[in-house]
Amino acid sequence: MSRTSVPSNAGADGGGTAPPSRGRTASAGRGAGRGRRPRPLVRFLIRRIVTALLLAVGITLVTFVLTNLVPGDPVAANLGQRALGDPAIVAQWRADHGLDRPLPQQYLMHLEGLLHGDLGTSQQSHRPVLDDLAGAVPATLELAGAAILVSLVLGVGFGVVAALRRDRLSDHVLRVLSLVGISVPTFWLALVAFYVFFFRLQITPGSGRIDPGMTPPPQVTGLYTVDALLSGQWDVFSSAVGHLAAPALVLALYTIGLLTRFTRSAVLEVLGQDYVRAARAKGLPGRVVLFRYVLRPALVPIVTVAGLAFGSLLSGTVLVEAVFAWPGVGQYAYRSATTLDLPAVMGVGLVVGVVYLVINLVVDVLYGVIDPRVRVS
Amino acid sequence: MTAGRKTAALTIEGLRVAIGGHDVLRGVDLTLEAGRVHGLAGESGSGKTMTGLAVLGLLPHGSRTSGRIEFAGRNLLETPVRELDEVRGAKIAMVFQDPATSLHPMLTVERQLTEHMRHHLGVGRKEARERAAGLLAKVRIPGPEEALKRYPHQFSGGMRQRIAVAVALACEPEVLIADEPTTALDVTVQAGILRLLRGLCDDLGLAVLLVTHDLGVMSAVADEVSVMKDGLVVETGPRGRVLREPRHPYTRSLLDALPVPPEEKSP
Repeated sequence: MSRTSVPSNAGADGGGTAPPSRGRTASAGRGAGRGRRPRPLVRFLIRRIVTALLLAVGITLVTFVLTNLVPGDPVAANLGQRALGDPAIVAQWRADHGLDRPLPQQYLMHLEGLLHGDLGTSQQSHRPVLDDLAGAVPATLELAGAAILVSLVLGVGFGVVAALRRDRLSDHVLRVLSLVGISVPTFWLALVAFYVFFFRLQITPGSGRIDPGMTPPPQVTGLYTVDALLSGQWDVFSSAVGHLAAPALVLALYTIGLLTRFTRSAVLEVLGQDYVRAARAKGLPGRVVLFRYVLRPALVPIVTVAGLAFGSLLSGTVLVEAVFAWPGVGQYAYRSATTLDLPAVMGVGLVVGVVYLVINLVVDVLYGVIDPRVRVS
Repeated sequence: MTAGRKTAALTIEGLRVAIGGHDVLRGVDLTLEAGRVHGLAGESGSGKTMTGLAVLGLLPHGSRTSGRIEFAGRNLLETPVRELDEVRGAKIAMVFQDPATSLHPMLTVERQLTEHMRHHLGVGRKEARERAAGLLAKVRIPGPEEALKRYPHQFSGGMRQRIAVAVALACEPEVLIADEPTTALDVTVQAGILRLLRGLCDDLGLAVLLVTHDLGVMSAVADEVSVMKDGLVVETGPRGRVLREPRHPYTRSLLDALPVPPEEKSP
């Protein structure tokens, strides 16, 4: 991650200061010193968002094509044995679901539907895919969000501690633990955690998002923890947190390990930089040196890894949701894929693709926020 | 030559530094005086830089020190870090070799010029900003107000080193340690930085320790010259004497290694 300095600005010796003064005279009447052009960070943001939108369209095409390339006949997966024997019923079913049209036309219909918020009707649940997803997405967001939060706090925290206490006992312990976190397969960990903490020790509540018999909080965000807080239902909140803890930790463990290791090496690299020594030479307090001079530059590689790790964390939700009976996108995806419920599969593909896009967008924007050199280039 | 002007700003006596069991400095003696530039010469590895770092307590981890570094009545070697932080940047400042790496790439010039000013001097944001603009003007950065908003990478190497000098001067220190401040720069901008240091030393009464391996640089600005070899100061004296009539064979060999003998300028 070494960044050699960006070509030094030849105009800095005088030419570089000319444009602002020119701009000032031009806009003197309005008293605007900044000029009409949007600031670099804003322009940078606009560029990234436009790119993301184009990519979103690309995702719809890819999910559509991939879904249709899958070997397997949705008719066979959805109609009973007897109905399959009747060509009239089969033809009727295909026509109902638009499967008799040519593929490009099917894609356009699909796109048009998307624009109206219509993701098609699930062939399994006979409900609009959008409604199915509206129930499942918040559950997964809550689970994955909690896992991301935990892994950021613990992963980065552990990494910083390990780097600052390099080669001491705490460093060695953290390094071994992070290696364990990376090596243990998520599905195994999920099963073991469920067995040990629920069946044996009975510290964690069982499966699901909330205690059976408890009514979910009135829906605002769809995240039970947040909604419970918003409506002030403390018992629901503690139940939701309790149910969330085990699956979120299991899901986060890999990312915690990964982030610990990357943060440690990133911080160590920055600690060796001249500007850190220069900051100490300025007599700045230790915490200022740590946060402003060490952590900020170290965040660039950390953000990169975190973005990638959160992507893989999403795929982990399929297994974790299955073990903890968490009614999220992972379970829905699994069920739809095994029944060849094409509209549902496309819906899930779209959601996952958009989440990836958002993660990448956030990562890109963070680069720009952290490092001013990214904005300029 | 310098009789009657003995106002020692900083005294180093018998400074020894060992890193990982290896002796880096083996008893260094140096005296810096206010308003004087003290040149510290010697080849790489002779311990020049370590001497400078030792003054600010910036030696690498695991270094062991003995001797005295006396400043304002206390031995900096035995001062706890917390108290040392009141001296660093405020009373004793440092300029590093490469301005491309010694300035934080992600912080504006304003932030880097004002953060320690506000910390040490307790001045407000606005006043710090005005002072910072004044400092940039002093080190001759064109358009100081605009320059404050920019980042180090938007300046040329020479400009960056001027900014680094301004950063060092922000809290009006008494001692300035300049570690090879011109080595990473073009020959054409070297003279400008040296003139700047010399001028600041004269105007502000700074005691400057100018660490360099370049005897040409030395002959241009130093009042006193010390020559180091293998962790020891082998020769100290007024510039004219040391460069014209070196007493130590090592100094002589350094001078002989110069492509052109340094011409003597009257101070």
